[in-house]
Amino acid sequence: MAVLVITDHDNAHLKPGVTNTVTAAARMGGAVTMLVAGHQCGAMAQAAAKIAGVAKVLLCDAPQYEGLLAENLAALIVPLAASYTHIVAPASGFGKNLMPRVAALLDVQQISDISAVESPDTFVRPIYAGNVLATVQSGDRIKIVTVRSTGFDAAGESASPAPIEKLAPAADAGLSKFNGQEVQKSDRPELTAARIIVSGGRGVGSAENFRIIEALADKLGAAVGASRAAVDSGFKPNEFQVGQTGKIVAPELYIAVGISGAIQHLAGMKDSKVIVAINKDAEAPIFAVANYWLVEDLFKAVPELTKEL
Amino acid sequence: MKVLVTVKRVVDPQVKVRVKSDGSGVETANIKMAMNPFCEIAVEQAVRMKEAGVVTEIVAVSIGAPQCQETLRTAMAMGADRGILVETGSEVQPLGIAKVLKAIVGKESPRLVIMGKQGVDDDNNQSGQMLAALLGWPQGTFISGITVNGDNAECVREVDAGLEKVTLRLPAVVTADLRLNEPRYVTLPNIMKAKKKPLEVVKPEALGVDIAPRLKILKVQEPPKRGAGVKVADVKELVAKLKNEAKVI
Repeated sequence: MAVLVITDHDNAHLKPGVTNTVTAAARMGGAVTMLVAGHQCGAMAQAAAKIAGVAKVLLCDAPQYEGLLAENLAALIVPLAASYTHIVAPASGFGKNLMPRVAALLDVQQISDISAVESPDTFVRPIYAGNVLATVQSGDRIKIVTVRSTGFDAAGESASPAPIEKLAPAADAGLSKFNGQEVQKSDRPELTAARIIVSGGRGVGSAENFRIIEALADKLGAAVGASRAAVDSGFKPNEFQVGQTGKIVAPELYIAVGISGAIQHLAGMKDSKVIVAINKDAEAPIFAVANYWLVEDLFKAVPELTKEL
Repeated sequence: MKVLVTVKRVVDPQVKVRVKSDGSGVETANIKMAMNPFCEIAVEQAVRMKEAGVVTEIVAVSIGAPQCQETLRTAMAMGADRGILVETGSEVQPLGIAKVLKAIVGKESPRLVIMGKQGVDDDNNQSGQMLAALLGWPQGTFISGITVNGDNAECVREVDAGLEKVTLRLPAVVTADLRLNEPRYVTLPNIMKAKKKPLEVVKPEALGVDIAPRLKILKVQEPPKRGAGVKVADVKELVAKLKNEAKVI
């Protein structure tokens, strides 16, 4: 058994799901090797080397990996596959984009978004927006897996960093070009790493009204989330979306404000430890998953809550 | 330019599914089915590109049971020109889907394949990336914008941190995210018109493709239920509960 974990990063920070993915990888058995591919990403390799349970880090630093394009990364990963029994990545936007390309090139059926490891070839994964858990067994020689980070604890830090080995880059595939990202800077915690999340739904009513959600979030040091209805209505950009097709989160405390609780939203947050729902509709389905719920107009309750804290 | 769009028939996303009593799968008999919402967005995108004069022909493809013909008729009512059903009664996993689509691409030679980013039934999010890999084409996943510019497609992708811009050299595969467009409603005259559009049915064997599943489903079950919650009377009680009972603030 030998597991290769593909590191999700932006050349400046490791992404939050990476350490959870290492925990999942360790459960598959064997030594864990991290691949850090990017551009000017040496610090990423040092950070990966400090994750507990990591035996070795492979670093590939070249301009064609700057934007982490799937075409170029797959060409780098496929020749490495012969040395591993498992290739694993977080089920983040990065892992979802890259890993099926790697799997198809190796003629392997990927196992997406696992929430538990039963044995080296058997995994549990949520389907139907998390309403069903499927236990699946892979017969492929090599297992290609993406990991739902909320299913696994984050790996800690190791006292002695793992060795870093340099890897020669593969040629630029020349199929695609990265032209940069538009990222909104925020001082709030990242959604998938936050201890507390305050999310707003259609009931919030407008982009301006989201200020009361943000005020509560800032009082709690929380991240801000949004339901798909709020994103579709243009109250918040897509990167704030929590749900089946947005981000999957499981914070200590999730406060759902003006969110009715559509199946696809519940899919993204129902593994949160404590759920609070504030909605003026006493019949809102969100109350079925809430630990505490308050039937009240959010425009009255949320400012009052911000003041009380 | 010719475009291929793929449409999947899934359990209507508004329906809450039930696990079969023997744990072998999900109950799909007598349940309302619909076109996968992301596939609707893919079809809509192809139709808009045809209306804009960028696309000349739209071929819709579905894989599965004979009833997928209905899904293809919906795609044609939205504006696809013809349909191909790769008919099979067995389960087809994403790698098999990608192999079937590769064979269809070989016959049809589109310059662009537009797919939904994921099926809302098995939530795999794989087929588009796998098809691009097998064809050796670039991939633009989770797109919220696409402009064809000569030999390139300029794509805007929805990524975890925000938006990303990539240029793909055509031919390419792209997968649609939610904000790419808002699909149109089909009208009765267009439903009538769609009935006359050509729909070809082929078998996977005729395409020379092995679609045998690689993943064995050992069991399916419902996730553990959350315990019953408590209704609080006001904000003060909520704060007290969060501080003293849940101890999360």
